[in-house]
Amino acid sequence: MNQVKCDCGHVNPHGTILCEACGKIIEDGTQITAEPVIDMRYEGSARRSQTYNKSIIDKVWNFFSSVKVGVWLIIVTLIASSLGTILPQEMYIPNIMPVADYYEDQYGWFGRLYYDLGFHNLYSSWWYLLLIAAIGVSLVICSLDRVVPLYRALKKQRVIRHESFLQRQRIFGTTSMAVSEHSYDLVKEKLKKKHYNIREDEGNILAEKGRFSRWGPYVNHVGLIIFLIGSMLRFVPGMYIDEILWLREGETKVIPETDGQYYLKNVDFKLEVYDKETDNEAFGDALDSAGMVAKNYQSDVILYKTKGNTVAGEEPELEEVESSSIRVNEPLKFEKFALYQVNYKLDELSTMSFLLTNKSTGETFGDITINLNDPEKMYELNNGYSVELMSYFPDFEFGEDGNPTTKSRVPNNPAFVFKMYSPEKPEGEVSFVAIQQTIEPLGDNEYKMAFNGIETMDVTGLTVRKDLTLWIIGLGGLIFMIGVVQGAYWNHRRLWIQRKGDEVWVAAHTNKNWFGLKREIQLVLEGTEIIEPMDQLKDNQVDEGETD
Amino acid sequence: MKKQRLLIRTVILLFLGAAVAYTLYANFTKDEVQKVEVGKKAPDFVLTDLDGEKHQLSDYEGEGVLLNFWATWCKPCEKEMPFLNNQYQAYKDQGVHVIAVNVGESNVAVSDFSKRYDLQFPIVTDKDSQVMTAYGVDPLPITFLIDKQGNVVDIHKGQIIAEADVTEMMEKIKP
Amino acid sequence: MITLSENLLYIAFIFYLLSIPFFGGAIKQKKNLDHHQNSSKWATFGIVISIIGFAAQLGFFFTRWSIAGHAPVSNLFEFTTFFGMCLVGAFIIIYFIYKTPLLGLFTMPIALLVIAFASMFPTDISPLIPALQSDWLHIHVTTVALGEAILAVSFGAALIYLVKVIDQTKNSKSTTWLEVVMYGLIATLGFVIVVSAFSFADYKAEFNWIDKNGNEAKVEYHLPALVGPNQGELLTDGKMEPLVSVPGIINAKKLNTVIWSFGAGILLYGLFRLVLRKRIGAALKPFTKNINLDLVDEISYRSVLIGFPVFTLGGLIFAMIWAQIAWTRFWGWDPKEVWALITWLFYAAFLHLRLSKGWHGEKSAWLAVIGFIIIMFNLVAVNLVIAGLHSYAGS
Repeated sequence: MNQVKCDCGHVNPHGTILCEACGKIIEDGTQITAEPVIDMRYEGSARRSQTYNKSIIDKVWNFFSSVKVGVWLIIVTLIASSLGTILPQEMYIPNIMPVADYYEDQYGWFGRLYYDLGFHNLYSSWWYLLLIAAIGVSLVICSLDRVVPLYRALKKQRVIRHESFLQRQRIFGTTSMAVSEHSYDLVKEKLKKKHYNIREDEGNILAEKGRFSRWGPYVNHVGLIIFLIGSMLRFVPGMYIDEILWLREGETKVIPETDGQYYLKNVDFKLEVYDKETDNEAFGDALDSAGMVAKNYQSDVILYKTKGNTVAGEEPELEEVESSSIRVNEPLKFEKFALYQVNYKLDELSTMSFLLTNKSTGETFGDITINLNDPEKMYELNNGYSVELMSYFPDFEFGEDGNPTTKSRVPNNPAFVFKMYSPEKPEGEVSFVAIQQTIEPLGDNEYKMAFNGIETMDVTGLTVRKDLTLWIIGLGGLIFMIGVVQGAYWNHRRLWIQRKGDEVWVAAHTNKNWFGLKREIQLVLEGTEIIEPMDQLKDNQVDEGETD
Repeated sequence: MKKQRLLIRTVILLFLGAAVAYTLYANFTKDEVQKVEVGKKAPDFVLTDLDGEKHQLSDYEGEGVLLNFWATWCKPCEKEMPFLNNQYQAYKDQGVHVIAVNVGESNVAVSDFSKRYDLQFPIVTDKDSQVMTAYGVDPLPITFLIDKQGNVVDIHKGQIIAEADVTEMMEKIKP
Repeated sequence: MITLSENLLYIAFIFYLLSIPFFGGAIKQKKNLDHHQNSSKWATFGIVISIIGFAAQLGFFFTRWSIAGHAPVSNLFEFTTFFGMCLVGAFIIIYFIYKTPLLGLFTMPIALLVIAFASMFPTDISPLIPALQSDWLHIHVTTVALGEAILAVSFGAALIYLVKVIDQTKNSKSTTWLEVVMYGLIATLGFVIVVSAFSFADYKAEFNWIDKNGNEAKVEYHLPALVGPNQGELLTDGKMEPLVSVPGIINAKKLNTVIWSFGAGILLYGLFRLVLRKRIGAALKPFTKNINLDLVDEISYRSVLIGFPVFTLGGLIFAMIWAQIAWTRFWGWDPKEVWALITWLFYAAFLHLRLSKGWHGEKSAWLAVIGFIIIMFNLVAVNLVIAGLHSYAGS
């Protein structure tokens, strides 16, 4: 084992630059020691990554342990992320044509190239995920490699430091005059007032505060790792649910992914817009230039739970859980689920009415109302008249073969084939009726189905969401914030006051904010014989690493 | 001590590598995750056919069931219907049933369609999409093969191209 | 009440403007900035005037809040003025820590530019769409603006550092890039002047044009059209015909504004060079004569250290919480979200380079400049150019 024994008797691990105990420069360290100020990064402790480089495992480890690699990973991720914002991502484009065609149609050859390079779905591409993963690995290894030696070095430090350590601190000074005990007491008292911890050894002083800020970077890295673990867990089946539920007014449907346990009824959907007359008059100008501005999207719903076990498809026995309103920013939550207002469709056709009419006389023989989502087969009228619905096409179009067909089950453009029975025509007359058009396939009819009005209703689109990873993500975020504040808003300051023969030596170190430290030292030493130490780097251009 | 360090590093790297590999794998297979899995019990359901008769999946235990989800507007569904119809007639006496679940269209539309193709097997309608939700159906058509124990043997996504494929399916679930 | 609110903003603007010569005077007066005890009368006047301006802008902010019923941070004008106000606030705080009037000489003009830029966008008090109706609007947006403003102070300090440290006696990459940064600031001024001038003259030219989907559409220009829309046809009599027209996928009106701004920027820059007879950087250099480099470096670095957590909290954490409530997911790769992530990654890299790689002084100053450019890109380009969920914040 290549351990190094310092003159002070402390045994340091291989690769140590400054003795963990007394701070003496260990000369066979690889660092250049000719600088006026020593490099205090990681307290000069032995970072493991730098000392072993044998097997492939060590090489991989050392690769990820390097801050340089970490910074490169960040930069590459940053540039990659920006590429994804040049054109909209696939999830934000309208679903009107194949994705590749859309990019070409909207953005020409550039759009095509963008698609071919896979940038339309950049953030879930394998290489982007690998980049994020590499950052995660780098976070783990960098932190492990640094926090342990740093902890050792700070824990083992002695009050009495080697001369070379003190002399080469950025802030250093000597006093050759005799210093009275009174001055010592005064300094100690002032330091205590400034919340320094004071350790003494043979009349020498080490005052230290804010050491915990040195742990800030590692705490925030732990937070980030937890955050990344949370994001990873999303892919575990059952942790994350993202479904959409379309509900017509009056309709009750099972909520997806609840195993048939919960049902939702849409009582009413509301879309409100701002009104110049009734809303805040200050909005007048804005409303004039913008036109309609939505004020509220709201679904009034009733949440039901099924009683007992019902088989899918069976009429369930429902028990009301709560009746509530879902608005944007105000989801309905139950168990681990949340229902969000995300979409709507206004005025979908719900019923259509027709009058059975004699074409020549204009006389009518009764009115039928067809429920477009569940039409009847036969509509009986009085006096021997009746209408049979032979075919129904809720979303009508002519197919390739020229026959009527439907595009979906949504009544966007309903069409009907009626057979009208009357005392004169007991075998019935066939009529094809669509919006704005009537075809009589078997020749001229005596009767017709005259359009007699519609009813519409709104449809609400809700997102059904369950995300069991949220608390982990939140925890990660919280720990990150604690760590970053801990590291950024506190400083680790140390002040050494040592008697060396007839002289008193003062040296100080901080991990940042040197002006603050200098001001503090000035206040502490005021009124004593001890001379204020100098900043050895003052007005020199600083080029070495800061110490953290 | 060096040995120990190497061991620790190896374990940590393996662990991180496994986590990354799993995430990548899960990310690329997430679209293929099916609610109903092959080898698992098929979720039970009860639906009413055009004649008002109830069909419950568990009642068919001991016999094979070909469960087909379809809609009248779905062209591929329309194309595979005649195959199903022919093979149904060939296999119905050998203990294989076909249940065609319509995605909740009106009875008028469904019976009209059924008449046009002279469909012999029971057609049930899933009025409020409960069964579709339970089976995670999207997109149409999709066909589930259920054996006599009520387990899913195979799932066929998309259109069945040839009648011979249906024969093969029937053979798979013949009790 | 609305008039009062708007007047308060004008007052703030004028006071900010007035403070600049005082900070300039303070530099001339002071010999050694390191000894902050003897801060000059000039500096005291400067900071008092800044504080009065800041108070006036606070007045603008809160009166507008009470009129609208929501915090005025819901569109580009409101957000950007608020950002300017935070910048002034951050400067005032840092002034009291470090007592550096020079920072005022650089920060106040940036704040003025930001506020002037903001005023070029529609200033109507707009109602909130449903997605914005949440307390998180106030929490998220104000925290982001504050974080970005503190980071912008780091830009101000970095600029001072660069002006002081870059050798202006010879041509170098550094002098060129510094001029590019100066030109960027001047082009913003150019934008403000051009837009204000034509808006004062009430310039309006309407065009018929064919959009990328082949539909006919109308567009109104408020600047003379150098670049016309696709197959544009001028409808207003006596206005300038476009010199060139662009294909339908490019937003000709925005491109036209950009060209005007850059053109005006070039003109102004050329004018400055002609009058000064040296680089802008060289002209500013004497102001920084007495400044302590280490001090500005520390101010720049400390601003990043203070601003980074605030930005993380507002721009990522609060943003995610609100996105989860309003948009059902905490992260959706919307361009604004991505650029907040990019900003965050950039400053994370900055801190690592500084802490572990020893990037101090000039390198660190350049990084602070790039960081500010990224923030401005997210504020301006992502709102106006890249379409996304946050686009309603634009005009």
